[in-house]
Amino acid sequence: MLDIQKIRADFPILNEKIRGKQLVYLDNGASTQKPKAVIDAETFYYEHQYANIHRGVHYLSQIGTDLYEQVRRQIQAFINAKHEHEIIYTKGTTNSTNLVAYTFGRKFIQEGDEIVVTEMEHHSNIVPWQILCEEKKCILKVIPLQQDGTIRIDDAEKIITPKTKLVSFTYVSNALGTVNPIKELITIAHKNGAKVLVDAAQAIQHFTIDVQALDVDFLVFSGHKLYGPTGTGILYGKEDILNEMPPFEGGGDMIKTVSFKGTEFNDLPFKFEAGTPHIAGCIALGTAIEYIQNIGLENIYQYETELLAYATQKLSAIDGLTIYGNAQQKSSVISFLLDGIHPYDVGVLLDNQGIAIRTGHHCAQPVMDFYGIVGTCRATLAFYNTKEEIDMLADGIVRAKKMLQ
Amino acid sequence: MKLESINELQENIIEDFSMYEDWNEKYEYLIEFGKSLLPLDEKYKIEENRIHGCQSRVWLHAEMQNDILLFFADSDAIITKGIVGLLVKVLSNHTPKEIAETDLYFIEKIGLKEHLSPTRANGLVSMIKKMKSYAAVYSNL
Repeated sequence: MLDIQKIRADFPILNEKIRGKQLVYLDNGASTQKPKAVIDAETFYYEHQYANIHRGVHYLSQIGTDLYEQVRRQIQAFINAKHEHEIIYTKGTTNSTNLVAYTFGRKFIQEGDEIVVTEMEHHSNIVPWQILCEEKKCILKVIPLQQDGTIRIDDAEKIITPKTKLVSFTYVSNALGTVNPIKELITIAHKNGAKVLVDAAQAIQHFTIDVQALDVDFLVFSGHKLYGPTGTGILYGKEDILNEMPPFEGGGDMIKTVSFKGTEFNDLPFKFEAGTPHIAGCIALGTAIEYIQNIGLENIYQYETELLAYATQKLSAIDGLTIYGNAQQKSSVISFLLDGIHPYDVGVLLDNQGIAIRTGHHCAQPVMDFYGIVGTCRATLAFYNTKEEIDMLADGIVRAKKMLQ
Repeated sequence: MKLESINELQENIIEDFSMYEDWNEKYEYLIEFGKSLLPLDEKYKIEENRIHGCQSRVWLHAEMQNDILLFFADSDAIITKGIVGLLVKVLSNHTPKEIAETDLYFIEKIGLKEHLSPTRANGLVSMIKKMKSYAAVYSNL
């Protein structure tokens, strides 16, 4: 059992009053709030240990380098990667995906090759591939959505073929909450000789991920959705594939030697980490991971599953409310609409009651097009949310509905 | 009958809103006002008249009658429609020169400034720009 009140006390912002009302923060899918430990870790580093890392002979530079590299090992353990140099620091999920598109994509995907995504992808897992396809004349294929917000394995088996070079899909849909059948999809992709990129932006904070057990080739996620700082992200890639990929950006840290006759690139992971990184952010990300590991991802999963079931039941009971995304396997997302009412109006009136949700297309316009809607209201849960907050959301929706009808 | 000036109209709205004590009442007013407005004729709800905001959609049609510029607008979100309605109420039915030279201060005064924030992405900022640019174009004709 989690002691939610004790956990809530760790998050200073949860005590904020919004428009005179107690904040109810249900926009965790967009970004999670930060525990004091994470905020303190970043401050402590700047106040006591800050200097640029790598190559510095002096004391502070060495401390910073040690901390930064220690977090890399921590993340390696967190997702059970085989090697620490398979963990590449990036700015976030979008940056990680683009890195793969620009390096793996440009080297290994040629004219006529196929890339497969699902219809439920976030724009950041669509547009990089469209740009690549435009440039390389390769083909982007889409595994279609079903009415309940899932995809069918039968469809995946038809669409993924020996022509497929990469299958890139989300673990958890940010718009619908659907948890995809990741193992089956990876098996189908590998059977056809394709590599797999999994977008774990909406998964990594909710349950345990083991990249070796999954046998996934690339895994991408953001630090800021994992209770860490913004501007931090991770690309995991299998060593042999990363080694064959050309660098992404050129600059400092990613080279061994530079001369005008030619430049020799650095080894992994530095080959992909040109320039001064978000050192303080990465160090605080380590604190965030430690924080959630102390609570325990098993406990988090159990509690959030219970909270989602409660929220689903509570919201379903509201007359005229439709939930979009009714997969058996769902995680922490409830997308909904009220009959004849625009989601924006609901969002404004909930905000007026101190309740933060998101409205719109959630950067997944193809999902909205599939359902023929302009957008949804989306409440996304974290382990610091409570049943009382869900009750306040439900009451808030009823109140908004009364005003808008 | 002399038409009310743009600033008189702005002052009227500010006075109306001063009666409301809390935000719920302001939103109730906007919702009721939004509902009371006639929908824009379907023939004007076309892509050229559509103002892009990723949250709510706004359509704006403008036409000249004699020397007067008229605006007709609509939105699919009712709160946005209420605000759109206020903008039309204030700016429509004036000469392009008057509209172009107007300092639009009532939205801030009635506390709805945050609805003009780009993060809202509700199309209102673009709508005001477009109303002003229609006025600028027509006043130069």
